Amino acid sequence: MKTVIELENISKVYGNVTALNLINLNILEGEVFSLLGPNGSGKTTLLKIMACIEKPTSGEMCFNGVKVDEGNINDVRLKTTMVFQKTALFNTSVYKNIAYGLQLRGYSKREIDEKVKEVLKTVRLEGYEKRPAKKLSGGEQQRVALARALALDTDVLLLDEPTANIDPKNISIIEEVLSRFNKERKTTMVIATHNMFQAETLTNRVALLLGGKIAQIGSPQEILKGPSTDLASFARLENVFSGNSKILQEGTSVIEVNDGIEIEAALRKSGKVTVFVRPEDIIVSKKTVPSSARNVFKGKIVEVSDFGPVVKLRVDAGKEFVVQITKRSFVEMQLNVGSTVFLTFKASSVHLI
Amino acid sequence: MGNEIIDGFIKAFQLILSGDPTVMEISGRSILISSSATMLSVLWGLPVASILGLKRFRGRFLLKGFFNAMLGIPTVALGLILYLFFSNAGPIGFLHLLYSPPAIIIGQAILITPITVSFITSAIESIDPEIKDLAKTLGASEIEASIAVLKESMNGVVLAITASFNRAIAELGVVLMVGGNIAGFTSVLTTTIALETNKGNIELSIALAIILLLIVSVLSISINLIQRRRT
Repeated sequence: MKTVIELENISKVYGNVTALNLINLNILEGEVFSLLGPNGSGKTTLLKIMACIEKPTSGEMCFNGVKVDEGNINDVRLKTTMVFQKTALFNTSVYKNIAYGLQLRGYSKREIDEKVKEVLKTVRLEGYEKRPAKKLSGGEQQRVALARALALDTDVLLLDEPTANIDPKNISIIEEVLSRFNKERKTTMVIATHNMFQAETLTNRVALLLGGKIAQIGSPQEILKGPSTDLASFARLENVFSGNSKILQEGTSVIEVNDGIEIEAALRKSGKVTVFVRPEDIIVSKKTVPSSARNVFKGKIVEVSDFGPVVKLRVDAGKEFVVQITKRSFVEMQLNVGSTVFLTFKASSVHLI
Repeated sequence: MGNEIIDGFIKAFQLILSGDPTVMEISGRSILISSSATMLSVLWGLPVASILGLKRFRGRFLLKGFFNAMLGIPTVALGLILYLFFSNAGPIGFLHLLYSPPAIIIGQAILITPITVSFITSAIESIDPEIKDLAKTLGASEIEASIAVLKESMNGVVLAITASFNRAIAELGVVLMVGGNIAGFTSVLTTTIALETNKGNIELSIALAIILLLIVSVLSISINLIQRRRT
């Protein structure tokens, strides 16, 4: 597959702070690539360098095999576009917001009218042309920003946390649009996110960015499924527990985490350990269910987050657990904040960090 | 005394409503001179404010501080400096501008430049810095992105221009020093009000003061209404 963006030894230093440290990365044509990392890991800076709106302190970037420099930077900018995390809109109508980039590219009024109409339909905001962009809801504003980027039909679409701080309904619309656009137009996309679920469902490859360095790179399965020290240091990793581990006669270990909670793990390690359990590996039930799973906890749902086809529950069971179940199960079980539930997971689902 | 004031107001309204030629001539000249001065200050103030608001360079802070400090310049002092420049013995005395409308225009323009520059700079700085990046990522060049930021700050820019005009038309010190209040040539609203009051011609002074207040108020309200309709 052809390489669209090639980053070689890219570093970015602000005063005494190194935001990016010797990044080497290839973005392939037509792929959806995610930059996964906690806040402050350098994701936005890296995206801005790819968008040619930030210059690296050292290193070089090639676009379609050509080195980006002062002479061709404006041409490269016309082939990429970026959607910002904090929705940035011009203080004018939705139409003029979307038309701006098209006018810079010399489209006629008729072509602009058609394109605006088409992209607004894509993001399900038909008829919004005349509305003042800044008076829309947060989710709608982000959809306008996405429509504005899609209208340009660039080779590369860079998205900085495109679904942060917006409601689940708008999140699912944006994710669906991105997924469809990539399939239909084969647009190369780079998505910066701290949401592991998004990285897993939307993308072909993931780079784990920590402290300005690429810690790991691979398929979502390789990065997210296996135990990894790097992944553990990612601040948003859920269900991370530390405690004293004792090896049992059966060969497994029991880890005593705080507040008298004990987790059984299929490991042979004693002493201080840190483990994690993936949210989708935990079974939720309203009653205890007989099973081979070694860990069962009773708790109360304290928070529900809707992610379209799946729902994430935050359950207080002495320790806080994050659990991921399908929307259908959530509805059928008639769960809500305050519901009492049992959490069940196997000892082999407990991964050592 | 009370009756004299009431009489003054009645006669003033009569002067305005009858379209008194002196009142109309002085008002027209004031608007023309102050509009020209405002245009001149925008002509050189807008590029300076754009650079101060959009670029980061060594000495920027000092330059901004200078324009902010000049907001409070004593107008008589500025008038005296300009008088010395324009007088026959001064460096540009050969242009024979003293006591002419162009001298008032230049004087007012210099006086209001700190308002134009400081207010427009603030308006540009208040725009989200991501707007410039946004324009660039949509394909704009450096200059096109700067124009996009200026467009975003248009409300603030219009407000700065309005404030500059209001300051210019209300100015007395500089105008008196370099214009001299020559009847039918350099007399404007403020200088005529000051001198006619001293002469006891109170009704003309009140009529001109009402017109001055009307110009300033109507302009400010109109700008406000236009901006409200735009957003």
